[in-house]
Amino acid sequence: MNKCMERIYNGVVKENPTFVLMLGMCPTLAVTTSATNGVGMGLSTTAVLVMSNMLISMLRKIIPDSVRMPAFIVVVASFVTIVDFLLEGFIPSLYDSLGLYIPLIVVNCIILGRAESYASKNPVLPSIFDGIGMGLGFTIGLTCIGIVRELLGSGKIFNMQVLPDSYEPLTIFILAPGAFFVLAGLVALQNKLKNKAAKKGQKEAALSSGCTEGCSSCANQSVCGGHIFPTGTDKEEKE
Amino acid sequence: MKELLLIAVGSALVNNVVLSQFLGICPFLGVSKNVKTAAGMGGAVVFVITIASFVTGLIYKFILGNKNIMDGKLEYLNTIVFILVIAALVQFVEMFLKKAMPPLYNALGVYLPLITTNCAVLGVALTNVQDGYNIFTGVINGFATAVGFLIAIVLMAGIREKIEYNDISESFQGTPIVLVTAGLMAIAFFGFSGLI
Repeated sequence: MNKCMERIYNGVVKENPTFVLMLGMCPTLAVTTSATNGVGMGLSTTAVLVMSNMLISMLRKIIPDSVRMPAFIVVVASFVTIVDFLLEGFIPSLYDSLGLYIPLIVVNCIILGRAESYASKNPVLPSIFDGIGMGLGFTIGLTCIGIVRELLGSGKIFNMQVLPDSYEPLTIFILAPGAFFVLAGLVALQNKLKNKAAKKGQKEAALSSGCTEGCSSCANQSVCGGHIFPTGTDKEEKE
Repeated sequence: MKELLLIAVGSALVNNVVLSQFLGICPFLGVSKNVKTAAGMGGAVVFVITIASFVTGLIYKFILGNKNIMDGKLEYLNTIVFILVIAALVQFVEMFLKKAMPPLYNALGVYLPLITTNCAVLGVALTNVQDGYNIFTGVINGFATAVGFLIAIVLMAGIREKIEYNDISESFQGTPIVLVTAGLMAIAFFGFSGLI
């Protein structure tokens, strides 16, 4: 059971998809206008991630290596369609506010990334827990951004009035630019904490941008060859 | 004609795909380090989205949305079919360019495979169906959306080349400053909303 807990810790803290790996940026920025939307999107993605990780891990010895990408895509797309219908049927309000971004879970790099780098190489149980961990990490990331944006933009959290009426809502945080500013602020905050930790002589945590894990675990490795996406290191080397 | 122009301006500038709909953020942040690669990526995206909106438009009109096949109940397959078609199309375009137009292939080469996971492509295909565009309007919409992406990513790369020389506080180096820049660009693009 220890391994499973390790997977969850890994997903939520060590390789948090939102703040550390910076994957799945489209839904992260688009649907986090309120904390509720953030939680909804996070949990939908988690459901797809767990199911697809499970199935891909079960099928990992059957799927031929050369067609694994299309096979993964079909698996993921099927689960996304199922989630799409479930949301439409049971939580129509969430379905309306997430809209186009539900079918777009298919191209969320987190899901294909985990299928490629973890589920296709590991047994079923750890893969499921890897999905849960990554999904929770993603949900937490989205919820954090959602809370900040909703609080600043309308003075509410989870649709409950928190700030006094005299607070003038900064509407821009609910509009598109606010998403970029809030994420920038949160990443900068995280960098600051990390720099502090590094200065204390602790082991430096993962780099701040792009391919954090190094190229070996990256889904785009074959085409990128380490040139395209900036990693934190090449900048430091230049300086 | 007027309607087409409105759709084109609307999807290229007013509802810019990156800055107001947040599609294609990954390449927008990842491949915008210098203007040349950004233009390459933008060009590849324009190319693929235009073809993809045409092909998915055809498939929707004649198979998935066709009332004569399964009483038109195949629409639930939209997502699965579109993503597979796009993935196959990207592969095909890559092979075709390699054989037929080597200079263009050399210019776009490395960016083509990355486009499969660019959510803008699937996003445009699904929007075309959702908004009930016919094939021609869909292609125009796709092309305009992709041009919007090209504009945004090239502008971003230009700004980032200048940012390199700036003295940025330690915690904002790297991704955060890029995100702040994108936010300011998004505000600037709000100015276009008066256009239509």
